[in-house]
Amino acid sequence: MTEVEDKTVAEETQTSGGPKWGRMAVWGGLLILLTLLALGLRRTQQGPVGPGQKAPAFVLTTFDGQEIDSADLAGKVIVLNFWASWCKPCEQEAADLETAWQYYQARGDVLFLGVDYVDTEPEAMAYLNKFNISYPNGADLGTRISQAFRIRGVPETYIIDQDGVLSHTQIGPFTSLSQITAVIDPLLGQ
Amino acid sequence: MMRYSRLTMVNLLSIMRLVFLMAVFFALLVPGAALAQDTDPDAPTDDEVNAIAREMYCPVCENVPLDVCGTQACAQWRALIREKLNEGWSEAEIKAYFVDQYGARVLAEPPRQGLNWLVYVVPPIAFLAGAYILYRGLQSWRQIEPVAVADEPPQQGEDILPDDYVARLEEELRRSQQ
Repeated sequence: MTEVEDKTVAEETQTSGGPKWGRMAVWGGLLILLTLLALGLRRTQQGPVGPGQKAPAFVLTTFDGQEIDSADLAGKVIVLNFWASWCKPCEQEAADLETAWQYYQARGDVLFLGVDYVDTEPEAMAYLNKFNISYPNGADLGTRISQAFRIRGVPETYIIDQDGVLSHTQIGPFTSLSQITAVIDPLLGQ
Repeated sequence: MMRYSRLTMVNLLSIMRLVFLMAVFFALLVPGAALAQDTDPDAPTDDEVNAIAREMYCPVCENVPLDVCGTQACAQWRALIREKLNEGWSEAEIKAYFVDQYGARVLAEPPRQGLNWLVYVVPPIAFLAGAYILYRGLQSWRQIEPVAVADEPPQQGEDILPDDYVARLEEELRRSQQ
């Protein structure tokens, strides 16, 4: 190969591939983009948090303006119920949940919390009045709590033990009062 | 007696028919009046509600714009939009309210902040990169064999063209002159 031919080949390589830093930037950007995509896909494929896992931290602002921080609830059994006024299956368990709350309320070591998912406040209030629900309820502002628990719909109920670990996940409505007490009583040593 | 009875029957039927017609008339009139009362000229129209709703998505019904979504949740949201419009809220205020309540994912167009920028930046960059790659590809396909060019100009008397090419050229010229 002559000197002239060598030079031609060198020029060809430089112009077709672009500068070295440019190629590195393109590959780096592509790698970052694919990583973000993979993380997003992984998150969507994960499904709801399950028993044995640490319950995600949350702050619930109730309809009467009270802020309930999960960090302040250590030592209590938490029954976290996701519901909505437009959800017909939620109505099946509403009365049983309220009865269960009335049953455990006096003990002081069990707290029922209702998280109103993607709902409008007037409809939510009408729903609470219809079923005489007295335990704290609040809107899932910004859908942050439902995203933290990765719920797939309503109703879903998460029972969190005194150590903040999920002990039971109820996908769909509870069908009876005894079903609710059957998952809470063992946590209370009953 | 028989004739009296027949006349009475005819009269009775006429009265019944009249009563029935009046009942029908009032039945039609009363809802009409009720509808007329409901029609408020300042109330937001369906088009105004849908203009905002079509730029929003309910998280329950993914990929279905709010204006055409048939679920009860979406119907409640549209009712809420109507209520807010009725209270004099602007489109931006209503959207901000929904974002506060349900998160930014309710918007058809994600807000330009944080990682959302990727949605706006990546597609044009990918398009431009693709166009550049295509351009380079086409260019290389059209490129003729690279001709080596010497850095220094040829010296006087030095042949630029190959000998066989010159010989062929001279031959062709000779033929054309004959």
